[in-house]
Amino acid sequence: MSDFTTPPYLLQERSSVRRVMMQVLLALLPGVAAYVWLIGPIIVVQLAIATLAALAGEALMLRLRQKPLGLFLSDGSAILTAWLIALSFPPLAPWWLIAVGTLFAIVVAKHLYGGLGQNPFNPAMVAFAACIVSFPALMSQWPALGLEASFLEQLRIVAGIAPRIDVMSGATPLDALKTALKLGNGTVDVPTLLATQEVFGHFAGRGWEWVAGGYLLGGLWMWQRRLISWHAPLGFIAGLSVLAAALWALDPQQFADPLFHLFSGGSLLGAFFIVTDPVSGCTTPKGKLIFGLLAGLLAYIIRVFGGFPDGIAFAVLLMNLCVPLIDMYSQPPIFGLKNEK
Amino acid sequence: MIDREQFRQLMDNGIWHQNASLIQLLGLCPLLAVTTTLVNGVMLSLATIIVMAVANVAVALLRNLIPHEVRIPVFILVVAALVTVVDLVFNAYFHELYLVLGIFIPLIVTNCIVLARVEAFANKNPPLQSLFDGIFMGVGLLWTLGLLGGLRELIGGGTLLSGIDMVFPTLQGLQLLPADYPGFLLAVLPPGAFILLGFLIAWKNWMEARAAARKTDAGHDQASPAPLADGA
Repeated sequence: MSDFTTPPYLLQERSSVRRVMMQVLLALLPGVAAYVWLIGPIIVVQLAIATLAALAGEALMLRLRQKPLGLFLSDGSAILTAWLIALSFPPLAPWWLIAVGTLFAIVVAKHLYGGLGQNPFNPAMVAFAACIVSFPALMSQWPALGLEASFLEQLRIVAGIAPRIDVMSGATPLDALKTALKLGNGTVDVPTLLATQEVFGHFAGRGWEWVAGGYLLGGLWMWQRRLISWHAPLGFIAGLSVLAAALWALDPQQFADPLFHLFSGGSLLGAFFIVTDPVSGCTTPKGKLIFGLLAGLLAYIIRVFGGFPDGIAFAVLLMNLCVPLIDMYSQPPIFGLKNEK
Repeated sequence: MIDREQFRQLMDNGIWHQNASLIQLLGLCPLLAVTTTLVNGVMLSLATIIVMAVANVAVALLRNLIPHEVRIPVFILVVAALVTVVDLVFNAYFHELYLVLGIFIPLIVTNCIVLARVEAFANKNPPLQSLFDGIFMGVGLLWTLGLLGGLRELIGGGTLLSGIDMVFPTLQGLQLLPADYPGFLLAVLPPGAFILLGFLIAWKNWMEARAAARKTDAGHDQASPAPLADGA
């Protein structure tokens, strides 16, 4: 501001890891707000648990690695990981599950690989994958929406004082659809299921479509702020919907429409907050597009044909492995040189 | 025949400095597949120790008779014969355990540690040294596999020594953590073995770095504190 020799068009907004992370956290807020409206303030408790666990893990590892504590603790990257974990885990998961997942993400997936900027895998997705293979039952108990539970009751469930009654736990809309189709064994069809079963709303899961909408809103805001480029999210959405649309067009009785898939599970959270991770994702624009596209395809295949409720985490981790290869083959030509074949 | 210094060196190399699992990183297949419990890890290591000790002695005795060009097939034949014996013994006396360990007992034949010791040591050294080399390399394997198996069992299920009744029918496994411990299943799955092996290797490197730092500290009393080892 005080530098009068710099022409205004060269003035840049000061950017730092901390600033970027804070804005990404801000972009998550619409989704969180919809979540609170849908499930209740328990999700805020889960976000707090995850944040505490992440900061504790981060502080421990920074101490062990003899890095400056204050600088890295305040950069917000651990908090973002924690929030993504809390938002992708079932909201009534016991507190220790969130804590263990977050610690695993920070200690193993982030710091053992070299800390901020060095991790080849998305820490939040590592936590999700580690927990869903370790605690499959707890990780697929989602609260049944019809059942009203007071905040205190939810708190007791999360704290592990109240018994985890099975009635409290439903399935995600994705899981419900998959199970119903499998049980029906050809006798039920998707349109009827969507119209009759209570877990489904207008075009995806009842209520969950609003949470997904919140993520979409936050994602678009990040894109407008140039925090993320359009490549990875668009690639992801395209990959997911193209495959979904193709199968839906072939057999609308057995496959849900692309809109359902986009607004179910972690699709939009993944599209805007996971595949856009600048560390574990691709760096070149073309690479980001390929990365997103393939992650979307894989996510659809795993969630529809696989055994797990959702496929985003595994799809992203598999694609994280391919990042060096994609980056190598998607280098843009050097400016001024002809792209010789 | 064998002096104290040689013996000490063989012991040191086998158990710590050249540890087959932590330094040479040989035989990772049984390490990943079998160390789901302490008992499994220890019993497979015991089978491997027997094979290694006898194979080393046999090859050391025959080392001047084996033509250099066909030594590998000959080694494999010797090892395979021994493994068959161990396989039959396990089948006869620890039948339940034999069913659990399954293919991994016959697979000792292809375990690179066995072939590596035969080729790198027994083929060039007298029988007695080879015997101790085989035993101590096996002991190195034993404590690593046992430790890994125990850790995986404890983290994954909260038990220790489960399946001990397959070896000693009168004994029972221990339930160390409360019965409602949900079990961190990842530890029992193959990726968990990789991650825990990584931790064990890191721990060993840290121990060595600390020992090295102490040594240099003692060497230069007046000098500034020894630099911390990198990447430990």
